Amino acid sequence: MKTIKISFVLIVFTIITALGLKNTLDGYKIGDNATNFSLKNIDNKMVSMSNYPDAKGFIIIFTCNTCPYSVAYEDRIIALDKKYKEKGYPVIAINPNNPAVKKGDDFSNMQKRAKDKGFTFPYLFDDGQKIYPQYGATRTPHVFLLNKENENLLVEYIGAIDNNSQDADEVTEKYVENAVEALLSGKKPTLKTTKAIGCSIKK
Amino acid sequence: MRKILVILSLFIAFSSCNLKIISQEKVVVEKLANVKINFIDYDDLELLLNKNNNKTYVINFWATWCKPCVDELPAFEELYKNYKSKNVEVILVSLDLKKQVETRLIPFIQKHKLQPKVVLMVDPDQNTWIPKVSSEWSGAIPATIIYNKNRRKFFEQSFTYNELENELTNIIKTK
Repeated sequence: MKTIKISFVLIVFTIITALGLKNTLDGYKIGDNATNFSLKNIDNKMVSMSNYPDAKGFIIIFTCNTCPYSVAYEDRIIALDKKYKEKGYPVIAINPNNPAVKKGDDFSNMQKRAKDKGFTFPYLFDDGQKIYPQYGATRTPHVFLLNKENENLLVEYIGAIDNNSQDADEVTEKYVENAVEALLSGKKPTLKTTKAIGCSIKK
Repeated sequence: MRKILVILSLFIAFSSCNLKIISQEKVVVEKLANVKINFIDYDDLELLLNKNNNKTYVINFWATWCKPCVDELPAFEELYKNYKSKNVEVILVSLDLKKQVETRLIPFIQKHKLQPKVVLMVDPDQNTWIPKVSSEWSGAIPATIIYNKNRRKFFEQSFTYNELENELTNIIKTK
């Protein structure tokens, strides 16, 4: 009888663990409550979303130094931050790559890239790669738009920045801007998820 | 609708002053190194993904900047070599940036002497065409489709040669 009880407990435990793992692997869906983080910025200070008591939400962008798609979007990420920081939705960029695999994405190269390009937003290092799997980022760049509701940070949009990674002048749909504008006018974004080609995250 | 946006034919040569002193023999070698890349949009890709003949198609989405893609290319080259006389076509759909074709893609093809056909997907509206390729695809590469008129399978993963050959033979076997 005791054996049966133990086996039962073990089975339940295994199922719960498996479900938990699955959730982590799948990442966030629209409406999920996103985790806060405390990660090192390029100025060596730790940055967390609680540092922004006045923010209405955040444009979290997983990006890096080395991916050509990320590089192609750098100016557009700066423009997003400039446009929406004052309106309550600052950009926070996070480099999820393992620098042991991709040397060009190490901390000193992040500092250099941010300085060269004049990043106006924090550029954080996901040390130990603990944050990006919780969000479910699969590529760079990958945007998660969060909206503060009470004490929660609800995921309102997941995907690409706009519909033309290759050429900013040819963009006909600005996904992130449209989503932020919707939130600013008290609505939910109409387009909640988009897919795009990007560089896989280096584990 | 068959619409090839641009057919780029690039003759890789030294600067014009070097060309003047180039020997006859050297010119022949340069011509052999001629690389043609077809630029395709979603209409072209759709045709490529839905051929209804007796061949089996192995379509790999890759880019020169994608390390796991580059790492698995030898497997696709070997598959191409071993199956080109067995009714199998291997096509490498590059997702490199259009403006890096001359600076990165063509030099890469030459350096690695890539034998399978390479086409460049230039359709910018990825959110529209990625789900049409496969509803399972997140957009991460490498990604591969193996299909013939009877069966189709999509993979968002890297392959070793054995894994790739295994999947190919499974699909060829299915009637």
